[in-house]
Amino acid sequence: MLDFIAKLFGKDSGSKNVAKDRLRLVLMHDRASISPQMLDSLKLDLIKVISSYMIIDEANLEVNLDSSGSTVALVANIPVKGMKRAAGTA
Amino acid sequence: MGEVIVVTSGKGGVGKTTSTANIGTGLAAMGYKVALIDTDIGLRNLDVVLGLENRIVFDIVDVVNENCRLRQALIKDKRFEGLHLLPAAQTKDKTAVSPDQMRNLCAELKNDFDYVIIDCPAGIEQGFRNAIAGAEKAVVVTTPEVSAVRDADRIIGLLEAAELREPKLIINRIRQKMVKQGDMMSIDDIIDILAVDLLGIIPEDEMIVITTNRGEAVVLDQHSRSGQAYRNIVRRILGEEVPIINLDEGSGFFNKIKKIIGLG
Repeated sequence: MLDFIAKLFGKDSGSKNVAKDRLRLVLMHDRASISPQMLDSLKLDLIKVISSYMIIDEANLEVNLDSSGSTVALVANIPVKGMKRAAGTA
Repeated sequence: MGEVIVVTSGKGGVGKTTSTANIGTGLAAMGYKVALIDTDIGLRNLDVVLGLENRIVFDIVDVVNENCRLRQALIKDKRFEGLHLLPAAQTKDKTAVSPDQMRNLCAELKNDFDYVIIDCPAGIEQGFRNAIAGAEKAVVVTTPEVSAVRDADRIIGLLEAAELREPKLIINRIRQKMVKQGDMMSIDDIIDILAVDLLGIIPEDEMIVITTNRGEAVVLDQHSRSGQAYRNIVRRILGEEVPIINLDEGSGFFNKIKKIIGLG
């Protein structure tokens, strides 16, 4: 009876919305895969940009796509050895 | 010069072979010369769906290994002069054919046929890579389920990576009653998520089971909605603008037919 009333008044009671939400999430993870080549070139670009501001430990730099939970995140662990100061203040 | 279309899905059991058979038969019924290739080596089924299983002498592996000529392996359909099937081998595996061999085969068939339609095996491995190697266009079949749509998305990505741009989607086995209840994803939901063009929709229909049991194609059945849906798909492949079948009218229309049959 409750089901019937829910169906009568609410359109969102059906299981299709559950299916859609699950599908969206699973596709977000599926689509967020990155090829090792792309990841490498991303790393190189990151090093290039960050190096103009900081001295970083390139050998221990880690960059990964983390798709646990409900979002996809680019997680970078970049050990910093020191800061670069603007010319003249160093 | 013909056109080579691959019918694929990723997930098994969503209606690739049925769709291949019906599209091919529909095109042949309109007078076009059509070659159907079953690339599901080891698990061939297009022959039984078409009702041609008793006529197989040579298969695709015989052709690529040059045990016979292409023309000897092509099986002529029971009804349509222009419809031919190149069956898969049943005793080999998917590595028995290479992508290069498929490309050559498609190129050769294109010379003699208006349409070459390839039934792709499920999965994304070698069989899939072979099936798409010689294709110029792709059709992706899915059903309104999370697993099938997810696999369709993966396939669309792989097709695009292989330069088969803008694949077209067939959504099979729609149960309009469940869509209305909110218990099945609708056409719009699926198109929205996959972001591809729709080639057509097929309602869930007992007539597909019945015609397939007999080795016939539902596309020739003038009374069923699924037959109409496949005829619409065929016309869209030919470049016509055909509106998507309205499934809401279905029950009324169907009941009318039933009444007519009942009264008759």
